[in-house]
Amino acid sequence: MATNKRLLRDIRLGINTLLLHKLRSSLTMLGIVFGVGSVVAMLAIGEGASQEALEHIRKLGSRNIIIRALKPADENQQELKHSVMSVYGLHYADEQRISESSPHIKRTIPAKIFNKTVRSGGNALEARVVGTIPDWFEFLHNKLIAGRTITQKDMEQQHPICILSEDIARPLLAQQHSIGAHIKIGNDYFEVVGIVASSASSTGGVESPSQPRDIYIPLTVCKKYFGDRIQKRVTGSRELSKVELHQIIAEVSDDSLVESTAVALNALLSYHHPKHDYEVSVPLSLLQQAEATKRTFTIVLGSIAGISLIVGGIGIMNIMLASVTERTREIGIRRAIGARKKDIIRQFLIETIVLSMTGGILGIGFGVLVPLLVEQWTDMPTVIPVYAIWLSLGISVLVGVIFGMYPARKAASLNPIEALRHE
Amino acid sequence: MSDNIVVQLQDICKTYHMGGETIHALQNVSLSFQQGSFWAILGHSGSGKSTLLNVLGCLDVVNSGSYILDGIDVSQLDDEALSDIRLRKLGFIFQSFNLINQLTVQENIALPLYYLGWDADESAERAAEIAHVVGLEGRLGHRPSQLSGGQQQRVAIARALANNPSIILADEPTGNLDSATGHAIMDLLFSLHDQGTTILMVTHTPEVAERIPNAVMMKDGQVDNITTNRIEKAGTFNGH
Repeated sequence: MATNKRLLRDIRLGINTLLLHKLRSSLTMLGIVFGVGSVVAMLAIGEGASQEALEHIRKLGSRNIIIRALKPADENQQELKHSVMSVYGLHYADEQRISESSPHIKRTIPAKIFNKTVRSGGNALEARVVGTIPDWFEFLHNKLIAGRTITQKDMEQQHPICILSEDIARPLLAQQHSIGAHIKIGNDYFEVVGIVASSASSTGGVESPSQPRDIYIPLTVCKKYFGDRIQKRVTGSRELSKVELHQIIAEVSDDSLVESTAVALNALLSYHHPKHDYEVSVPLSLLQQAEATKRTFTIVLGSIAGISLIVGGIGIMNIMLASVTERTREIGIRRAIGARKKDIIRQFLIETIVLSMTGGILGIGFGVLVPLLVEQWTDMPTVIPVYAIWLSLGISVLVGVIFGMYPARKAASLNPIEALRHE
Repeated sequence: MSDNIVVQLQDICKTYHMGGETIHALQNVSLSFQQGSFWAILGHSGSGKSTLLNVLGCLDVVNSGSYILDGIDVSQLDDEALSDIRLRKLGFIFQSFNLINQLTVQENIALPLYYLGWDADESAERAAEIAHVVGLEGRLGHRPSQLSGGQQQRVAIARALANNPSIILADEPTGNLDSATGHAIMDLLFSLHDQGTTILMVTHTPEVAERIPNAVMMKDGQVDNITTNRIEKAGTFNGH
């Protein structure tokens, strides 16, 4: 109790002494402010990145391989001139080839994807139509808001039904009872049987299989109503293409097999697709790349933090050494009155720690601000973990002790007689 | 000698080495001072009186000889123990006051009490009490720089008294003051002496020295002359 009171008194005295030289004290603290700020920012960005990565893996599935149809670039130009029809993309047979290629492939989800205008009442919207199979919904975890998803029965009976994503349902069916409503996709009517939550268009720089404005219809229905030909109006001309499947997602049984399976699939497909009109992407490896980028960020910030803390600490030591010289007489007076060496060490050490800790507290403020700005300007999420605050305070106290010890010892070792004579 | 001896120096020797030269600052100095006495330590510069004061003040250690202060042999103590002796047994008054400017008058007076571990309330009370004794009422919240030289020296005297020391060591306490203020400070010291305080004072100024009942004359690091009870009754000069 008594020692606590005494410590408070000493801290107050330290603060008063530092306030005598406000400019000097604040300049001295800058290094610590930036150092601690970088520590907090680094941890916040790192924590944000790892939480985001977990979220990505949950959304995209760490065991998935996404194969997308790709319009070959060179063909694109030639075909435009002849203006007939471009035939590219994945075939129905590819799905079977893929699922039979390896025992590690648990299932495949084919999809036809194209844009169509959808109408309901007076509303018209451009939407992405996805013709797919019931497994899609199990697999992408889009939350069902109302109604149901596609069933095997829909596939067999080829009912013209559709599932809307929330971002389509809201503007399109604003005033109507959604489930059971009929909407027009192209020239055909479809019954709305369910609504699912919309998902973000990309996750960690990887395009998500499901987009915010999707309409899902059974693959069989899609084939029956829309066929394989897609007409697209391009300014002044029409572009016709024939694509059987736009996307196949293959799910592998184990994380560790994803990479090798993707390589095998690539080889398999390149045999059947000499034009190379597809791309194979592995969310897991893309996420790993994103992680690596963030790790670089952490290393850079960590280095800034380390260097700032060392330079800041040296700055503090320098100022404290100057302060010891300046206050030689005061030290002499205190020693003559009966202060022991350890009393002098204590006094100067407390002053240094007050200085470095104040810098640390300001640095935490700075470090909280930086992640906010980072979040504002980039799409990197940040989370400031509570331990970062304690760690930063600990670091600033440690810097104070390490770099304050030498000046404090120097002060204590002054000869009282000479110190008293000092002008 | 009776048991009221507070300082007993026996064959004290102190040498310095300066640029290959050995300086015998004190040679076989033996002195004893009685409790409640008032001594002037006189001598030319270089006579060893400053070294003697440093030794008496436990700021300097001797090469040989013994120094018994208030029954304790302090000649063999280490730095920490000497600090403790200074804290509990000694009070210093300097020519240039030596107050700490960032502390208030009250905090300056209470500085020894802080190192003694007194709590803030007790030491504030004690500081106010001594401030009253030395005539500093109403100045406790001031900074030393806001006070006149005479007032600053009163703060220094109050600080020297705070720990109730066995002896007060004064080094030319009137040296930086005009003669009127110097007289007033001497009057204050005399009144403390009347109340039983032991004071050992180095001075150059003859008119100050004349008023002090006992004197040690130093010369070339040795005691040249000791005069006691030069003045019939020290109290005669009170109030001058």
